[in-house]
Amino acid sequence: MTKVAMTVNGKSVSREVEGRTLLVQFLRDDLRLTGTHVGCDTSQCGACVVHVNGEAVKSCTMFAAEAEGASVTTIEAMANEDGSLNTVQQAFQDYHGLQCGFCTPGMVMSATALLKDNPKPTEQEIREYLEGNICRCTGYHNIIKAIMAASGQEIPAIAAE
Amino acid sequence: MPKDSVAGTGIGASTKRREDVRFLTGNGNYTDDINIHGQAYVHFLRSDVAHGRIISIDTSAAAAMPGVVKVFTGKDFEGVGSIPCGWQVTDRHGEVMKEPAHPVLAQGKVRHVGDPIAAVVADSLAEARDAAEAIVFDIEELPAAVNMKAALEPGAPKVHDDLSDNLCYDWGFVEENKGAVDEAIRNAAHVTTLELVNNRLVANPMEPRVAVGDWNKSSDDYTLYTTSQNPHVIRLLMGAFVLGIPEHKLRVVAPDVGGGFGTKIFHYAEEAFCTFAAKACKRPVKWTSTRSEAFMSDAHGRDHVTKIELALDKDNNFTAIRTETYANMGAYLSTFAPSVPTWLHGTLMAGNYKTPNIYVNVKAVFTNTVPVDAYRGAGRPEATYQLERVIDMAARELGVDPIALRRQNFITEFPYATPVAVEYDTGDYPATMDKLEEIADLAGFAARRAESVAKGKLRGLGVNCYIEACGIAPSNLVGQLGARAGLYESATVRVNATGSISVMTGSHSHGQGHETAFPQVVAEMLGIDASMIDIVHGDTGRGPMGMGTYGSRSLAVGGSAMVRATEKIINKAKKIAAHLMEASDSDIELKDGKFTVAGTDKSVAWGDVTLAAYVPHNYPLEDIEPGLEETAFYDPSNFTYPSGAYCCEVELDPETGKVTIERFSAADDFGNIVNPMIVSGQVHGGIAQGVGQALLENCAYDENGQLLSASYMDYAMPRATDVPFYTVDHSCQTPCTHNPLGVKGCGEAGAIGSPPAVINAVIDALNSGGHKVAHMDMPASPSRVWAAMQG
Repeated sequence: MTKVAMTVNGKSVSREVEGRTLLVQFLRDDLRLTGTHVGCDTSQCGACVVHVNGEAVKSCTMFAAEAEGASVTTIEAMANEDGSLNTVQQAFQDYHGLQCGFCTPGMVMSATALLKDNPKPTEQEIREYLEGNICRCTGYHNIIKAIMAASGQEIPAIAAE
Repeated sequence: MPKDSVAGTGIGASTKRREDVRFLTGNGNYTDDINIHGQAYVHFLRSDVAHGRIISIDTSAAAAMPGVVKVFTGKDFEGVGSIPCGWQVTDRHGEVMKEPAHPVLAQGKVRHVGDPIAAVVADSLAEARDAAEAIVFDIEELPAAVNMKAALEPGAPKVHDDLSDNLCYDWGFVEENKGAVDEAIRNAAHVTTLELVNNRLVANPMEPRVAVGDWNKSSDDYTLYTTSQNPHVIRLLMGAFVLGIPEHKLRVVAPDVGGGFGTKIFHYAEEAFCTFAAKACKRPVKWTSTRSEAFMSDAHGRDHVTKIELALDKDNNFTAIRTETYANMGAYLSTFAPSVPTWLHGTLMAGNYKTPNIYVNVKAVFTNTVPVDAYRGAGRPEATYQLERVIDMAARELGVDPIALRRQNFITEFPYATPVAVEYDTGDYPATMDKLEEIADLAGFAARRAESVAKGKLRGLGVNCYIEACGIAPSNLVGQLGARAGLYESATVRVNATGSISVMTGSHSHGQGHETAFPQVVAEMLGIDASMIDIVHGDTGRGPMGMGTYGSRSLAVGGSAMVRATEKIINKAKKIAAHLMEASDSDIELKDGKFTVAGTDKSVAWGDVTLAAYVPHNYPLEDIEPGLEETAFYDPSNFTYPSGAYCCEVELDPETGKVTIERFSAADDFGNIVNPMIVSGQVHGGIAQGVGQALLENCAYDENGQLLSASYMDYAMPRATDVPFYTVDHSCQTPCTHNPLGVKGCGEAGAIGSPPAVINAVIDALNSGGHKVAHMDMPASPSRVWAAMQG
């Protein structure tokens, strides 16, 4: 067992874990932060995306021990301080950018990271950025629209409906 | 913002989804998020060969490993029932299908890669996995039956030793029509023949399956938490047929479920295992599928090999259709597997067209592969694909416009009884085609093709129609066809004293937005705000018997049950209101949440009546009981028949064979619509799955039955870059005539209507470049397209 300590959603946490514990297992099983999901075992689907020191990371691709001392942010900390949905979350609701909700936390975390680096992404840039996030429900249409809206951009006419 | 066609929160409003808030904040409650104090974890040791005889399994070393609670093998389940099949098909000779046993853990033989051999329950998942490595087993590998036609040859390896061969059934529909069909084809002016493969797919909801079994030692009650589209059906199948637990001792809960697409309908061995093991280990037992495990244990979809012939007279009227299909069942019969290639496929072969003679033959085959069952559309995509491909092929052979050929043969009078035993109640196929031509801007295609050609690319246009049978299904009819269950739905409307309402429904939402759309219906009927109404679903302990969500049935059947229960509520509430206002029941009107006496200014509010029901001080106790709660079961009198016309435009790079979808348009007729935003979302997702089937996805086995596509590294899921923005329209509405909402269902349309549009477009692009390609099987991957271009 190894002791790992990090900051998660602004709170210092430390736990004794097996060395092979993945960050996503640490978040879900040890901290009971179940908003971060596991949709595959080959780092393809992106349901587990969190922010580590401000960067979008698939939390199934790193060990908890590798996040020693890091600042980790999960979907549970994304809402505004008063509990209301933040701009990206609100856009996902407004534009019906989610159905079953399982890929959604990863989508929101990836979209947030994209907009930090590229505040006005084109449709194509959004699609390419989401290469590592799979959604089986929405056909991506409303996810792309939501992210364009969250960045304050006009929605293309062809995507009106 | 999505435009609201209707103000407020009633029928027709694009109300934002209330369930989104918990999903967007990480507060969803999926099955894997449930952890019960003291739970243990199970890891299944699965076969890595397609077919083999179990010589020995030694679990003693594993049982001694750290943290191990118990190791199970097939022997532990000898006193337990077989995983049941819910539908018995009778073949063309009047014989019932072959129905082999399906043990929870393998007994004697393993029959597909992924078949569970043993299961280790341990304190942690890591310990369970470690211990599984220590199981010593000897399996004699046997030759595998993989290819369906080869599996029917004499001397082929038998999947089940106790069956005479690998043929599950040989179904003919309608058998009496066969002679007339054969004659019509002999006498035709033209016959187009097409042989095709409807590729095997894996449904891949993003949430893998999970089961948590719990047993209460003081009450001897069981609870199973599971990723299911229909918890009541699981309670029925597992309780009655596998474990022998009566309904009152078994609660099945399906909380938030992360997508289903059919593959979470079925009762799976892992559910029975966790429930059984919870008592055997006296601890809750949890199983969480990995994605790799999902590929080899979730029921797969499609996998048909078909020959279709379309006969036309000299004026290009369709005169007959004859098909021969081989349908893969896999190694065992999954819950609804036998119904998919038969009653959900053969009955749809008329499509949107008045073809007088139709005969469908289906041979269902056992192979050493994962069981195959319903996947989004289930039989209807297979019917639509072959029909709409053969029509396009006929148009090309005859040199006529494919849209004109379709229009000429459209059914235009309703109700219409097809030669394959169903009666379409309503539809307007010319109207959806007109709408498609408009929204797809077909007039602008030639200019767009010229632009593509100028860039050195080929551009193709593919159009098709579809019809589906939804709102499954009239119980007395499906009973005659072999269903071992009724297919009604139930709802309980519980009005509380303060006027708030809980609606318990047997439908289950796993992405469809029932928690938002269902209250819109009740709000509309009562004239109160939808925020006063909550939907309760997914828990056999909280609602009456229910049949669940599949076959685009939730609103058409479950919603209709809710309407019937709400009507009972209104009737009773009017009696209470009449008493309070000292008026006659028949004079009471309910509008905007207020009861009034017709022709007077006397009124009482909704809340006054609901309070009186529970505080019956001034109440007609001699006539009616206190309380305001009603239950209704709704059994539909027919299927519903959504229809539409789809158009795909592709660009094809002749250098690489890569196909890109440039435009995709869908004009659907779903009858009346409750929440247009949700309906559009359903169509978008269905289209992406259809595009996935047509261009990307393929579940592949090698000749030994080894699964080649067992992860997202090898199975190509559609990603955001693979699809465009879609243009969807559902303004053509011919309401269903036989359910109270006039709704038809929209969940599967996109996946049914889109694959032929894509392939028709690819073939059109190739031919526009001078490549005389008549057909190409899905997925139209760059290598297949490139190879076709080389002739």
